[in-house]
Amino acid sequence: MSTIARSDRETSADEIVIQPSSGWMPVNLREVWNYRELLYFLTWRDVKVRYKQTVIGAAWAIIQPFFTMVVFSVFFGHLAKVPSDGIPYPIFVYCALLPWQLFAHALAESSNSIVGSQHLITKVYFPRLVVPIAAVCGGLMDFAIGFLVLLGMMAFYGILPGLAVLTLPLFVLFAVVTALAVGLWLAALNVQYRDVRYTLAFLAQFWLFATPVAYPSSLIPEAWRALYGLNPMAGVVEGFRWALLGKAEGPGALLAVSVAAVVLILISGLYYFARMENTFADLV
Amino acid sequence: MGDIAVRVDHLSKRYRIGHREPYRALRDTLTNAIYAPFRHIGSASRRSRSRSDSSDASIWALNDVGFDIRRGEVVGVIGRNGAGKSTLLKILSRITWPTSGRVEIHGRVGSLLEVGTGFHPELTGRENIYLNGAILGMKRREVARKFDEIVAFAEVEQFIDTPVKRFSSGMYMRLAFAVAAHLEPEILLVDEVLAVGDAAFQKKCLGKMGAVAHQGRTVIFVSHNIGAIKSLCHKGILLEQGVCTRMGPIAELADIYLGTGDVTESSPVLAVKDECRIRGSGAVRIERITIEDDSGQLRNSFAVWEPLRLSLELSVQVERTTASCWILFSGRDDQVILSTFQYDAMDPVEMTRGTHRCAARLDVNVLVPGMYAVSAGVFGRYGEIYEWVDKVGSLIIEPRMHLGKDFDNRLGLTTIVASWKADAS
Repeated sequence: MSTIARSDRETSADEIVIQPSSGWMPVNLREVWNYRELLYFLTWRDVKVRYKQTVIGAAWAIIQPFFTMVVFSVFFGHLAKVPSDGIPYPIFVYCALLPWQLFAHALAESSNSIVGSQHLITKVYFPRLVVPIAAVCGGLMDFAIGFLVLLGMMAFYGILPGLAVLTLPLFVLFAVVTALAVGLWLAALNVQYRDVRYTLAFLAQFWLFATPVAYPSSLIPEAWRALYGLNPMAGVVEGFRWALLGKAEGPGALLAVSVAAVVLILISGLYYFARMENTFADLV
Repeated sequence: MGDIAVRVDHLSKRYRIGHREPYRALRDTLTNAIYAPFRHIGSASRRSRSRSDSSDASIWALNDVGFDIRRGEVVGVIGRNGAGKSTLLKILSRITWPTSGRVEIHGRVGSLLEVGTGFHPELTGRENIYLNGAILGMKRREVARKFDEIVAFAEVEQFIDTPVKRFSSGMYMRLAFAVAAHLEPEILLVDEVLAVGDAAFQKKCLGKMGAVAHQGRTVIFVSHNIGAIKSLCHKGILLEQGVCTRMGPIAELADIYLGTGDVTESSPVLAVKDECRIRGSGAVRIERITIEDDSGQLRNSFAVWEPLRLSLELSVQVERTTASCWILFSGRDDQVILSTFQYDAMDPVEMTRGTHRCAARLDVNVLVPGMYAVSAGVFGRYGEIYEWVDKVGSLIIEPRMHLGKDFDNRLGLTTIVASWKADAS
């Protein structure tokens, strides 16, 4: 008798109604929270699998930003003499490359995540939002490894961050959320339009040069600088430099515009994703 | 109301054929958007044609299906390929959404549409158990508690820390099923997962499923394996072309499905009725014709070029004779489209009184999509007709090609792959 009573109580909590849906659906974040263990395992799988059959494993996470930094330092810093706000050019560019690569990686992974998880999506139910979120989180491990190199470089150049360093986690979060916001749009679009995959490489390249990675945002005329924040990565990169390298002026207005832009992209992305979610299994 | 576990009400699901194309290009949508304002300028006739085209380009995988399943019932869903079984299960599992209708589910659902979903070859057995458990909706603590049980059930103790890509396919499937078998939802949806592993393991799986069913859980079970369904379920739902045609005790439905009941038309086992016997001395009788695929599974619907096998069950009425069989397939208008004769392939066979079997394998089935009536007969040594049974049942060729592609509406009653050569410039 007691088991029946128990199951009765459980079922009242687990009532599901399945009905055709069209148009805009509410975004069910509570359900994503209920599936947080799946989120953890998918992220963990991505990280684990990425380096499993590589010879030098996690060293890849260092090699990529490090050599990009060397190339940028030689061509932009040394030969083209791009200004760097008085900071040694190598650390100036590396400090921007780290969040940039976190973002670029997370964006690519999340955009392809739904199509890449076809075998899961057509066989098991779970909130689909878990997939792009897990894809975005997978890049944090590489970031952490690359960050150790940054610490080494800061010691080498004798740069001691001020109190602003406490805000750094916020900028990391901001980079990840930016990637997720754009990634949600692209992941959902990618299911229906595979053109997205071909656009991605181009988009990333274009975006890199539109972001003050190789040059400081102070090159942009004062009047336009806030508008420059419409590229959220400009806010992230300038935020990193401010938090770590102790650049005098904070990103201020530029950052405010960036945050507003990301919030807008994120919310619209969540709704677009929720709207398309039900069709993924049929279209993917 | 309190004891209803699943209520399905006027459920329909339409697939647009266009959706089965892998994807749309953004370019098409953009050009459509650009031309949309000009579309109304087009002539009325063109508009009406395009409308009828779009209605043709969809199929109803489920059409107004409704039933109730009470808590604790173990229900088998049967029907031939394309009847909508998997679509039904996918809707109940919330993988795909219905076009219209409503489903109410009271209880925690676990669905097994496949075993080993999300298994990654690079990860070890242990890691995959946790990953797969999470994907199936188990909590980490729950998996940890059942971990030893799962490993023991799968019989992979010594390999548990080896990447599963080094597993034999049998070990892989055993591990995959073991995780799934330890899922403990209130309502379990199962699709064809018992077709894994060797016979001994299949038996073990059936036992496990039976145990689940006896714990008072609600189970909905889809399978081609009528034997398994009969041994597990007490109630059945028969789906035919997206319509739920019958619901009732499983034994009854299984008989209907297998063709010993009254719906002979759509069954892979064709029992010969007396009114089909149109000629012959009766020295050898054809009792039954079964159609199966290459793996020996009974089916009566196939893709173009998919190999299939027809077996004739003969009962010899005289002490000793020599017999040779033939089979005909006729389309609409009673026109025979395809024939095959045993004497082309081998000499007539000596048979004594009793039951014999004679099978023809069509290595390449050349029929184009459609429904074909199956007729068959038996010759004696000198070509005298012992038996001729006409239109015993039907063979269905689905609008798709063997190994993947969709059918392209080509012309012809049959189609073959010839060896082609061409001079390249």
